Amino acid sequence: MARTVNRLSRFNMTALALGLAFLYLPIVILVIFSFNASRLVNVWGGWSLRWYIEFFNDRAMLQAAWMSLRVAAVSATLATLLGTLAAIGLARGERFAGRALFSGMLYSPLVMPEVISGLSLLLLFVALNAERGFWTVTIAHTTLTMCFVTVVVQSRLTSLDRSLEEAAMDLGCNPVKAFLMVTLPLIIPAIVAAWMLAFTLSLDDLVIASFTTGPGSATLPIRIYSEVRLGVKPEINAICTLFIALITVLIVLASFASKLSSSQGESAAPL
Amino acid sequence: MAEELAKTANHSTTEDTALRRATDMPLLRIEGVTKRFGNFTAVNALSLDVRAGEFFALLGPSGCGKTTLLRMLAGFETPDEGRVLLAGRDIAQVMPHERPVNMMFQNYALFPHLSVRDNIAFGLRRAGMARGEIATRVAEMVALVKLEGLEKRKPDQLSGGQRQRVALARSLARRPQVLLLDEPLAALDKKLRESTQAELMELQRRLGMTFIIVTHDQEEAMTMASRIGVMDAGRLAQVATPRDLYEAPASRWVAEFVGDVNLFEGQVISREQGRLKVTTREAGIITVAEPHQPVTKEIVTVAIRPEKIKLSRRGLASAVDALQAINRFEGEVAEINYLGGLTAYRIRLDNGAVVRSVMANTARLDVDGYGSSERVAAWFAPDDGVVLEQ
Repeated sequence: MARTVNRLSRFNMTALALGLAFLYLPIVILVIFSFNASRLVNVWGGWSLRWYIEFFNDRAMLQAAWMSLRVAAVSATLATLLGTLAAIGLARGERFAGRALFSGMLYSPLVMPEVISGLSLLLLFVALNAERGFWTVTIAHTTLTMCFVTVVVQSRLTSLDRSLEEAAMDLGCNPVKAFLMVTLPLIIPAIVAAWMLAFTLSLDDLVIASFTTGPGSATLPIRIYSEVRLGVKPEINAICTLFIALITVLIVLASFASKLSSSQGESAAPL
Repeated sequence: MAEELAKTANHSTTEDTALRRATDMPLLRIEGVTKRFGNFTAVNALSLDVRAGEFFALLGPSGCGKTTLLRMLAGFETPDEGRVLLAGRDIAQVMPHERPVNMMFQNYALFPHLSVRDNIAFGLRRAGMARGEIATRVAEMVALVKLEGLEKRKPDQLSGGQRQRVALARSLARRPQVLLLDEPLAALDKKLRESTQAELMELQRRLGMTFIIVTHDQEEAMTMASRIGVMDAGRLAQVATPRDLYEAPASRWVAEFVGDVNLFEGQVISREQGRLKVTTREAGIITVAEPHQPVTKEIVTVAIRPEKIKLSRRGLASAVDALQAINRFEGEVAEINYLGGLTAYRIRLDNGAVVRSVMANTARLDVDGYGSSERVAAWFAPDDGVVLEQ
């Protein structure tokens, strides 16, 4: 019995290998070709860091990367703040009228096609006569990622034993203090995980960003996309590899944070 | 250190007692308290007095409102009607953090991010106690619940029993006027539960503190409490000492809820010399002692605990038995359940009714036991039956 449970059968091994290959083969090829010395994308010309050096000398590309990082950091922070507040409201608030509607509306960006979100935001910014650039993209990304934050933090909050807060109140904390002294320390890992998730989402968004950005403030995905349309330069491979590395680190950190969070409470947060 | 604590606790309660004697008030008075959740009335116009230094148990089936009542005492629920007076002050609308009561939670609710020491010190820090004083008090509490050496551990590094002790120490640290315990032993296994019961009682006696415990386990309530309030559907069905609750239940419901019981419904046909004769469908005419409160109703229920129904083979064991065995039924053994210290029998009487009898297994060798289908006489003394009117 234990053997069949613990060890993978030949069939399972094959299925797993094929599945992983399907997911990661393109990425692996991209990473390998980022170290290609040849100028041609599909011809291997030996190992080289040439395209990385090229990237770090490409001002326009660096500017776009810097823009992306700033947008991601600011929008993730805003989304984490708003999303956490919404999660607290939903998980802890009294059952107010329209609560179900509110939570449904909060989650709509999860299922809404990005083109629609992007277009509606564009129309809003045009109507408001807002100058499109850093802030419009940041606000758009905040609305996109806030619901993810809410999902992560709310699930942590609901898994948290309500009597912990009651115990804190019983021992002399007013409700606000009970939240700050007991609940907040316990959900901080989930909040950190949510921030990193929001950061990652913002970093790789192309659709909404291209709707809401203005001239001279292209994010990295927009920049890459427009370059690719003129032909794939090996430099793009190098940028993408750096991107993959950054996102991998963030996702690993995020899942580590949520593990930490769940080891302190009874049940696990998602991720 | 524990003695010191006991002394101070005793000191304050003596003061309180003197004060209360002057005003003739119990420490805690619940007056006509009602709590509704939507259409459901969890606690219904309930009144109760708890005296200082009592170990009071709220006992009842799940959903009877006992936890809601406890939560109203802690301040987590606000009564819709009625008053809750603690030492004469109405605390019904006071926030939990401003009440001089503390609660020990069913699942302990220990703060997982804090060490044992910080968990115990939590309430003291909130009270603004001086640093040195906190350290002394925490050390006292740790010694009191025998957790020395575990101060730096986090709750998830403790066993269930140790967590229970931390929760107890934390709730006692502020020296509340009343300690509320919500099913404090439910999560422990049987052996540990029994030893913890004894420790809790010992602690309560030593500290002279008022404990109110909520439990659904009647054995636990019987063992620990000096008085028990049995709750049913948001009301108190009876408030009595464990002995009175068992031997003199106020109603059919209480008799059935607390322990096992044989119930015979019948009509009172005569009363003479302090004896009532009741004619029952199940067991013919039963003679029982008349209760202190005169019986007013015609239709009554006679309740007899199984261990009060004795069995004998044929004839009677002694002349004393003969005098008492006015109520005597013939029948045969239908079912035998050997329970170790006791054996529970079901006797099918010749008229078809089934009565339960429990006999202590006083001898190791089975010389007194009855076999299946054996003919026996089941009998009980008039004093052993309780007449219930509701």
